[in-house]
Amino acid sequence: MLKSLKRSLATIALAASLTTAVQAADITGAGATFVFPTMSKWSADYNKETGHRINYQSIGSGGGIAQMKANTVDFGSTDAPLKPEELALSNLVQFPSVMGGIVPAFNVPGITANQLKLDGPTLADIYLGKITKWNDAAIVALNPGLALPDLRITVVHRSDGSGTTFNFVNYLSKVSPEWKQKVGEGTAVRWPIGVGGKGNEGVTAYVKQIRGGIGYIELSYALTNKVAYAQMKNAAGNYVQASNASIQAAAASAEWGKSRDFFLVVTDAPGADAWPIAATNFILMSKKPKNAEGNRQAREFFAWVYANGDESATQLGYVPLPDALVEQIKAYWAANFK
Amino acid sequence: MQATSAPSPAERSHRLDAFADWFFRNLVTIAGWFVLIALGLAALSMAWGGREAFMAFGPGFLTSTAWNPVTEEYGAAVAIYGTVVSTIIAMIIAVPVSFGIALFLTEVAPAWIRQPLGTAIELLAGIPSIIYGMWGLFVLAPFLADNVYPWVDANLGQVPLVGLLFAGPPLGIGMLTAGIVLAIMVIPFISSVMRDVFMTVPNRLKESAYALGSTTFEVVWDIVLPYTRSAVIGGIFLGMGRALGETMAVTFVLGNSHHINASLLMPGNSIAASIANEFAEATTPMYQSALLALGFVLFIVTFVVLAISKFMLMQLAKREGN
Repeated sequence: MLKSLKRSLATIALAASLTTAVQAADITGAGATFVFPTMSKWSADYNKETGHRINYQSIGSGGGIAQMKANTVDFGSTDAPLKPEELALSNLVQFPSVMGGIVPAFNVPGITANQLKLDGPTLADIYLGKITKWNDAAIVALNPGLALPDLRITVVHRSDGSGTTFNFVNYLSKVSPEWKQKVGEGTAVRWPIGVGGKGNEGVTAYVKQIRGGIGYIELSYALTNKVAYAQMKNAAGNYVQASNASIQAAAASAEWGKSRDFFLVVTDAPGADAWPIAATNFILMSKKPKNAEGNRQAREFFAWVYANGDESATQLGYVPLPDALVEQIKAYWAANFK
Repeated sequence: MQATSAPSPAERSHRLDAFADWFFRNLVTIAGWFVLIALGLAALSMAWGGREAFMAFGPGFLTSTAWNPVTEEYGAAVAIYGTVVSTIIAMIIAVPVSFGIALFLTEVAPAWIRQPLGTAIELLAGIPSIIYGMWGLFVLAPFLADNVYPWVDANLGQVPLVGLLFAGPPLGIGMLTAGIVLAIMVIPFISSVMRDVFMTVPNRLKESAYALGSTTFEVVWDIVLPYTRSAVIGGIFLGMGRALGETMAVTFVLGNSHHINASLLMPGNSIAASIANEFAEATTPMYQSALLALGFVLFIVTFVVLAISKFMLMQLAKREGN
């Protein structure tokens, strides 16, 4: 009697666990480390609300693109947008998820954030190795009255390919013809000098460790790890600090309507208060997915994110997309997913 | 002759034994071949994957210091240099220290400490390499950058020729730090092989030497080491093989910079670290092929190192008249 009771209880428990497993979906995604903090927060909140799990691997933009082309994940994420021709070749669609800013984080004893001012050409010269000390004439000229020490600059860049790198060198190419000619753009480039950290996390760790270090990281990493970051002079000639407001100003000046498949890089934006190194994170999904259910669940996740994810993204230092852009994205989905 | 009835129990058991023997022999032969075939296939797949890079760059691939993903020019020289130099530094530090540990554990230490200390050293071998990397980055590198490297740069860096090796900003991460971390990782392997093999030396030999008035060092240098030479060399090359292929610990503290610098205080790159960092993002076929070609080069380097060790052992055996 007891044995059969135990057996039936076990069967009921097994059946119940199976049914809940069928209801709670496991959506896989891979890509940029840029959005990993906010993606984790969104996944946690989405899981609490709906029970579905998002499994996001922050392996870098190139990894996300490669996995999507191989159709092994439900969605990929990249900071370097793919051209419409490339998308068509692999049957992919692309749409923005969130925007953020890349900041030049630095570690100079005695100088706090907001005190240091840099501009595009100076930053390019630092990364080219032409400016080697913090009290170089060029930096002093931008920061009159600031006591810059006689300390060597250690450049920190990414050791892995990265969409963060892509946006950063895209900006440097726009503001420095020498950079464009000597180094160029891409998710991985031939860095003239410096040490390489793995991921945004690695660069942050190196900048925090090395006295005199400078590195480019996503704003949310700078905020959560309490690393100082410099003000930059934007295209309009004003010094701005990276913040929600300045990145939104950069987003506002971008002409999304004119782009095909949202192919647009928003660096060196023209607005008066725009942050010059703004970056957009793009989501890639397949038009002909291997896992149709996963694809649909992923789209539902992003619809939820656009509706409910704004506050958590803002808290982490990202900038949610403007409403007009979200409408464009929904229309794009309707056009591409039957 | 014999009736064609059923075989006797003795015959049956004999046939069963013969079959079991045949089966077991073939099973073991297959296992042996499997290892060779797996090794060959691994090398072949790397060579096949790297053929685009080898065909595009030719033998210059091994000597070129270029590494430009934008213009798709790749060269293995920086990675090979980093791998070899960090391994050499690790060996220079690890071999004497391991020798000292083995000597201490077999000759000098009081009996009650030998077992626990030996076990503690072997525990070091069990620590995952990424822990070494993190320790190296968060503990060792800042310590060296603040206390050791400035002194090295100011004093050793000024010496005329040798100074080139030691001049440079005290970043903390770089070739020397990577060599030190690798040395710590490799010491447990080498010292445990040395210790095990030192203990096989017959006591009679050692006691005769002591009786003739040798010091402890003379006994070890002239009796124990020559007796155990081949095993010791084997242990050293085992450690070297580990140091050559070490990935995560090195990528944390080597600095991942695709440049060759004379100074040991400057960052560099190694084959394993390059592949680990860049493979996921190598989206173009030529980039992937270049990384696979690097993997094949590492295969060759390890092979060459092992061949050198075998050659050295052969030479030593010849000198002893074998």
